[in-house]
Amino acid sequence: MGDETLAPAASVRARGWGWRHGGRRNPAVQHVDLDIRPGERVLLLGASGAGKSTLLHGLAGVLGGDDDGEALGELLVDGRHPAATRGRAGLVLQDPDAQVVMARVGDDVAFGLENLGVVRDEIWPRVRAALDAVGLHLPLDHATAELSGGQRQRLALAGVLAMRPGLILLDEPTANLDPDGVREVRDAVAAVASGSGATLVVVEHRISTWLPVVDRVIVLGAAGGVLADGRASDVLAERADDLRSAGVWLPDEVPWRAPAPAGGPRHPLLEAGSLDIGRATGVPVQVGIDLHVDAGRVLAIAGPNGVGKSTLALTLAGLLPPLGGRLEASDLLSRGLRAEPGLWRSRDLLTRIGTVFQSPEHQFLTGSVRAELEVGPRALKLGERERRDRVDELLDVLRLDHLAGANPFTLSGGEKRRLSVATAIATRPRLLVLDEPTFGQDATTWRELAKLLVGLRDDGVALVAVTHDEVFVDAIADDRFELRPQLNGPKHDAPGASGSAPPVGSDAPARRGGARR
Amino acid sequence: MSIASVRPGLPLATVNPVAKVAATVPLSIVLILTLDVVSATVAIVCELLVFTLVGLGSLLWSPRTLPVWIAAPLTGLSMVLYGAPSGETLWDFGLIHVTEGSVQIGLATTARVIAIALPAVVLFLTIDPTDFADGLAQTLRLPARFVLGALAALRLVGSSIDDWRTLNLARRARGIADRGVLIRFLGQAFAMLVLSIRRGSTLATAMEARGFGADVERTWARPAHFGGIEWLVIAVGCLVAALSATIAVATGSWNVVWS
Repeated sequence: MGDETLAPAASVRARGWGWRHGGRRNPAVQHVDLDIRPGERVLLLGASGAGKSTLLHGLAGVLGGDDDGEALGELLVDGRHPAATRGRAGLVLQDPDAQVVMARVGDDVAFGLENLGVVRDEIWPRVRAALDAVGLHLPLDHATAELSGGQRQRLALAGVLAMRPGLILLDEPTANLDPDGVREVRDAVAAVASGSGATLVVVEHRISTWLPVVDRVIVLGAAGGVLADGRASDVLAERADDLRSAGVWLPDEVPWRAPAPAGGPRHPLLEAGSLDIGRATGVPVQVGIDLHVDAGRVLAIAGPNGVGKSTLALTLAGLLPPLGGRLEASDLLSRGLRAEPGLWRSRDLLTRIGTVFQSPEHQFLTGSVRAELEVGPRALKLGERERRDRVDELLDVLRLDHLAGANPFTLSGGEKRRLSVATAIATRPRLLVLDEPTFGQDATTWRELAKLLVGLRDDGVALVAVTHDEVFVDAIADDRFELRPQLNGPKHDAPGASGSAPPVGSDAPARRGGARR
Repeated sequence: MSIASVRPGLPLATVNPVAKVAATVPLSIVLILTLDVVSATVAIVCELLVFTLVGLGSLLWSPRTLPVWIAAPLTGLSMVLYGAPSGETLWDFGLIHVTEGSVQIGLATTARVIAIALPAVVLFLTIDPTDFADGLAQTLRLPARFVLGALAALRLVGSSIDDWRTLNLARRARGIADRGVLIRFLGQAFAMLVLSIRRGSTLATAMEARGFGADVERTWARPAHFGGIEWLVIAVGCLVAALSATIAVATGSWNVVWS
């Protein structure tokens, strides 16, 4: 990018700053004092609920006015109130789907420029330069709906970059992406940061991705204030324990490793033979899948985005009908019903197969955590006492007891995830299917979830987890099934189009005993 | 998936959508004023001719217009069966009185529905929502906040369809999908509303973070032209309306609805 595209980098100053959302008793963030010099690249860390996102939104000037909440202290960008300096700060959010504004790539990048009143002749060169800077080499009229998650995040970054902000704010930009997408976006941010010289503030749990890009780490405390602040290497060395307890993923650390599963003979619960899967009749995304799911083991289903992992999970869970081939439950799982889970009644699934959806919001049905946990037991017509015992136990084990009366939609990301798992296991299914259970979770939630799932495994429950999370596959899963992109013609006779997994190979840790065929 | 399609490569696709919508207005007014077979039939013939000439013939007979061909006769049939009786009675059965008058009204209604709906459907298939928004905001000078907000909301319809499918599966997984269809539908509709609002507010934040709603005079990256071709499209629309009215009056079948 030429010199004429550079905007002066912005400075940030906070003095006793805090923010209380409207209707909440406690501030989301408080007592924040910090100064960020122009051009600094900062990684902002802190426990779940420490207010990292709120601080970023505050810097972007999108927290709203007095109706939306109450500001404490002062927060300044270039010495002015952030809302008064629209365009100085650009914000990229976590959810790749929720921030695409326009239907075409070029229009989406141009959107911010139009809002800033940039003249038309200047808009399009800036749009092209921004798309180049993030490495998105697509025609301007390419449909945004056809972009992958990583491409959408880069598009959002381009939209911000085109506005030539002095301050780029990234709110967990890679939490919802697969490993390729994470690298894509990280590299684009690195290129943009060095190209534009803008001040950069990134919030992200998995810090090893971002350490090469940033030069300073700021840690917010859970109870407010700044816990640590300094050069990345110093903070990591001196405050490792604080960071760990705040749920930060330290580089090359695995929060917890599962002990090996019990040996002995396998007890298959579910068997797929030449299984074809898809969401719509006649449009299979994968054909010829052979696999089996065993009691007391964790099976990870891996593979790139869009390959049909979620579709496979939903089919195994008896929610989508198979498009071809065979999917049969053994007597251990079906317990008197016919062999095809897709034909069971909804209520019969409860004690047999539990499903945890990728986005917990999709499966919440009620207005309180306790009622949410009671849905399954009620559908089973369990007695009131039994119901209460089960729910109390789950609330206790998953540390949700203080939230029993809260609305599930108001919980934090980690709490929502724990609740969604709890609702599925409240009816004690023999098989638990999870779609991206550890997506976007901090290390603390990750560790809790992993322990919970492995505990279920040791009780004999079979677990199937669709996941991009390499650490989960490595440290928790007992078996791994890899879905590969198939040739365009999804036909049984397509050469090399088998979706079946290779045996767990030489690259796998030795403790993983299981071999899939 | 998204219903906010990228500009289709169809004839008339580059014409300002405001002109296309405006072109259908005169004919609609004429056909609402009169209920007679002649005016509507003339209009249909003109429409078929004009659309075929500009190269939209394939769209005319595509499945996309099928709802029009199905709905119109059904509307007509209900007029035949239940319309105000007049003239000789052809068939009597309880509440149903088929008379000469009601058959005529039925035929006229069928033709009228086709004549109004066909151009609307065909022209709308050539309209890209983004271009439409540009036209509304730049040509008609509607408030940008309102137009772009609606455009962004339209883009969320696609995600809502996906949400609906996932909610359906989630309810089966939660053990409550054996209940009555109506209860399930209502519960699910409410859940989708909640999800849509959450999605919408995230999108609103993203838009605001990119300066949407700032106090600056907004510019437009895509110019919305309104020139000769747009006036021509509107003129053709007026011509078809005038022709329908003239022939109906000349043949004496002009029949103003309130007379």
